[in-house]
Amino acid sequence: MGKRTPLYEAHCQANAKIVDFAGWDMPLHYGSQIHEHHQVRQAVGVFDVSHMGIVDVYGKQAVTFLRFMFANNVDRLAIYKALYTCMLNEQGGIIDDLIVYKLAEDYYRLVINAGRRDQDTTWLKQHITAYDAVLTPRNNLALLAVQGPRAKDIVPTLFSTEEAAKIRALKSFTACPVSQHGLVARTGYTGEDGFEIMLPTTEISHFWEKLLAAGVAPCGLGARDTLRLEAGLNLYGTDMDESVTPLESNLAWTVAWEPADRQFIGRQALEKQRQQGTILCLVGLVLQTPGVLRGHQTVILDSQRAGIITSGGFSPTLNQGIALARIPTTTDTTCWVEIRGKQLPAAVIKPPFVRHGKKAFNLTECEKE
Amino acid sequence: MSNIPKNLRYTPSHEWVKQDDDVLTIGITDHAQCMLGDLVYVELPEVDSQFQHGQECAVVESVKAAADIYCPIGGEVIEVNEAALGNPQLINEDPYGKGWLFRLRPFETPATILLNAEEYSKQVASEAH
Repeated sequence: MGKRTPLYEAHCQANAKIVDFAGWDMPLHYGSQIHEHHQVRQAVGVFDVSHMGIVDVYGKQAVTFLRFMFANNVDRLAIYKALYTCMLNEQGGIIDDLIVYKLAEDYYRLVINAGRRDQDTTWLKQHITAYDAVLTPRNNLALLAVQGPRAKDIVPTLFSTEEAAKIRALKSFTACPVSQHGLVARTGYTGEDGFEIMLPTTEISHFWEKLLAAGVAPCGLGARDTLRLEAGLNLYGTDMDESVTPLESNLAWTVAWEPADRQFIGRQALEKQRQQGTILCLVGLVLQTPGVLRGHQTVILDSQRAGIITSGGFSPTLNQGIALARIPTTTDTTCWVEIRGKQLPAAVIKPPFVRHGKKAFNLTECEKE
Repeated sequence: MSNIPKNLRYTPSHEWVKQDDDVLTIGITDHAQCMLGDLVYVELPEVDSQFQHGQECAVVESVKAAADIYCPIGGEVIEVNEAALGNPQLINEDPYGKGWLFRLRPFETPATILLNAEEYSKQVASEAH
């Protein structure tokens, strides 16, 4: 038996197929993964992501500490704004990717990957000793992601009038406090509008029931994976890990180079890589024949150059095989993927594949012919 | 509990076989489609192609994984389910009906090497543990 979120029983009652994810018993789907995928693209769905870690950083030097720990710069943050960042090792390898919320001048909240809780906490603890700041895991908070175009109509109605007004006013990547230590943020991992909602574990079952009663479809990790893949969002441990840098992971935009005098862990290695040029990059692939792309399949550019699919699947929105692949840096717009001994053509694109329910890329002229 | 009709024969690799005179219809079991999850892609053999017993002859791919289909009996393919090619979810919705995969004229006698419903049920139950 793995670890369980406070909603485990509720998932079983909703006929979830339970699978192991990073040591947690989590719902894969509640009947049909594709149906859940479309629910989020076209209406609204809810994911229990309470297996993710919530860690608060508090203290006079919290900001100084996080400026040094993250490749993106928390200095840019206003109170109740969120920031996506990587946390790197000295070699520039990605220890984790996470969202950091600024809750007060001396108070930040991190949401980290379930499978990286131990590594992240060890790494942060190891460095925080030099700062006037403390780390507090918030194990008493559960986390739900309510995603889809209808989320903004439904979510506010489940809170008090005062809270609802604040939630309705939320812009993308901002948050507002609710309940005790709770937070509602306009963030997500699906490429749709929506909210991520942190509530005390004692309140979460009741809130889950209210969501379902309001017509929000429970969705499992299966749909979460196809949605994030369509949205071109990396999955830690699959598309990136400690052996690659943000520059090799289509995440250069998350590295704050300025101000040039800000030191952060991994900066030196990244500067060097930027100067020398990256050899590998992470791109999107769209299969040009019927079929499904899968992780670990070989990607062939020509007789000299090859790469590998890091995560692949079938896009329910596009009805095509799509993938993220790490390949030698190239301007090529086509490649071949080896599937069961055959080489099938695929277009090389810059992710995302789907944004707000619609196809989000254009194939170049030569490919249309 | 998955549906295992009494009137069909089965393979240990989760194909079902239905015999009508000298023609066999082949598909994947309810248990197999349930384990695979939503199907999104199907590759079927060419009509007139011949396969030995146990040879890979088709592929079904779900949101989760690709699975090879093994020819349950040596024979010649006489028809494939075009509808399932266009809409693989037919296999999820109706694995023993509209979700059939292909039809075969066998070279050998099916009964001797296939499982009956009771034997297949036992296998599915044992795999659950």
